[in-house]
Amino acid sequence: MAGQATATDQKKAGGRRLALTGNEAVALAIRQVSPDVVAAYPITPQTDIVQYVASFVADGLIDTEFVTVESEHSAMSAVVGAAAAGARAMTATSANGLALMWEVLYIAAGLRLPVVMAVVNRALSAPLNIHCDHSDAMGARDSGWIQLWSEDAQEAYDNLLQAVRIAEDPRVQLPVMVCLDGFIISHALLNVEVIADEAVRAFVGEYRPAYSVLDPDRPVTVGPLDLYDFYFEHKRQQAEAMRTAPEVIREVARDFARVCGRGYDLVEGYRMEDAEVAVVALGSTAGTVRHVVDVVRAEGWPVGLVKPRVFRPFPADEMLSLLGRLGAVAVLDRSDGMAGRGGPLFAEVRSALYRLAEGRASGRSPVTLDFVYGLGGRDLDPVAVRRVYARLREVTGTGKPGPEVTYLGVRE
Amino acid sequence: MTQGEGGDLPREGAGWRELPPGGIILIPGGSERYTTGDWRTSRPVWHRERCIQCLLCWVYCPDGAIRTEDGKVVGVDLRYCKGCGICAAECPDKARAIEMVPEARARREGV
Repeated sequence: MAGQATATDQKKAGGRRLALTGNEAVALAIRQVSPDVVAAYPITPQTDIVQYVASFVADGLIDTEFVTVESEHSAMSAVVGAAAAGARAMTATSANGLALMWEVLYIAAGLRLPVVMAVVNRALSAPLNIHCDHSDAMGARDSGWIQLWSEDAQEAYDNLLQAVRIAEDPRVQLPVMVCLDGFIISHALLNVEVIADEAVRAFVGEYRPAYSVLDPDRPVTVGPLDLYDFYFEHKRQQAEAMRTAPEVIREVARDFARVCGRGYDLVEGYRMEDAEVAVVALGSTAGTVRHVVDVVRAEGWPVGLVKPRVFRPFPADEMLSLLGRLGAVAVLDRSDGMAGRGGPLFAEVRSALYRLAEGRASGRSPVTLDFVYGLGGRDLDPVAVRRVYARLREVTGTGKPGPEVTYLGVRE
Repeated sequence: MTQGEGGDLPREGAGWRELPPGGIILIPGGSERYTTGDWRTSRPVWHRERCIQCLLCWVYCPDGAIRTEDGKVVGVDLRYCKGCGICAAECPDKARAIEMVPEARARREGV
């Protein structure tokens, strides 16, 4: 849930409130940005993003070059080629489609191409499943893409618009994936505050690529062999761009708030000021947890929620400042580490907190628990979230952490 | 950045801050200065007296390593030749002007 815009803000942005699904909101954002090239292959639950964009092109609403590729590997390859030519290029995918893009994801990032992609999160096969799960995007977490996660259709829309500016910033020049939960966000209707076309165009501005392979006056070679004498330096450079990204993400968010009044940061803390414990959650689950926070607080226990909006680069300092003083923290992971040390979000959070423990004379940091939940679209209801807070209460009361990883909502 | 417009290839030992992003190369034709002929296992030895100047070797060489002057073959540029032997294979039977010689022997005997 983004910072609520006032009526004045909305008027300023010339916007409207429209009932949109997450996929419609993303497609609308793509239409408003009007990228030079979209190459995409349909896959559930991303399908209607591709369908809507194709319709916009067919109806002449945008003059985007729409490439009907034969696979996701080709989709990502086509946008890499387009971006190297200096085009503003976008795509969208889910699950197995993202997996098929694998090698080209690293190429987009390594070539420092500002591609923007919507990832409608879905479980990876096998067993075959089309529903929400974060194992697709989590598998790509070290591919060098910036990851923005959305709690609802509004955030998916807002993230996509901001992603364009973040990716193209000369200090960053990295691809950005905008994650939204399959079906829960992609197919559910929400009242979305939509910014006027002109305001979006002014916000994203004209893309001026630093280089283009199609400029005969300034010829460049893209993708040459880069061996042990330079490859390491180029990777170091890429990592530095990732480290610079938070500052740019914040700047872009400030500009975005000036356009429509909705504010964003790297991490959102909900009722964290006096919280004794917190749940960390990504995506739509944060909305459920937010509700449970209010319920538990109404019963007299000050608890909070921490929702990373940016997972790559991982906002370790911001997480530390929100979580560091707490007694216990529960992390909700919608993908399993398969006998790694918990799920990927847990591994990051605990690693950040361990740094804190190292710096403290007491050697103490909050007790951390991981809850793997919702695989393959298994619903996470408020009752289950209450059980997570109950575990946190037990831990803070008894000082006994219990099991490190709990499967929440699985049948025993 | 050492490698700007009208600039040069990155200097040897350049730090990561100096390099253009993503490993792109900003000057055209820079590969000329990147000699790649040092991993040959056999080398083409061109016999001027047998050459009929059909230029098939020049046409087929995948690396542009056949040297010509005024439209005539004058030798092989060993800085780029990988020793694939295509030139020798394409050289017409009636000429057989290019002979592939093991690189070690060629170096030892100074062919």
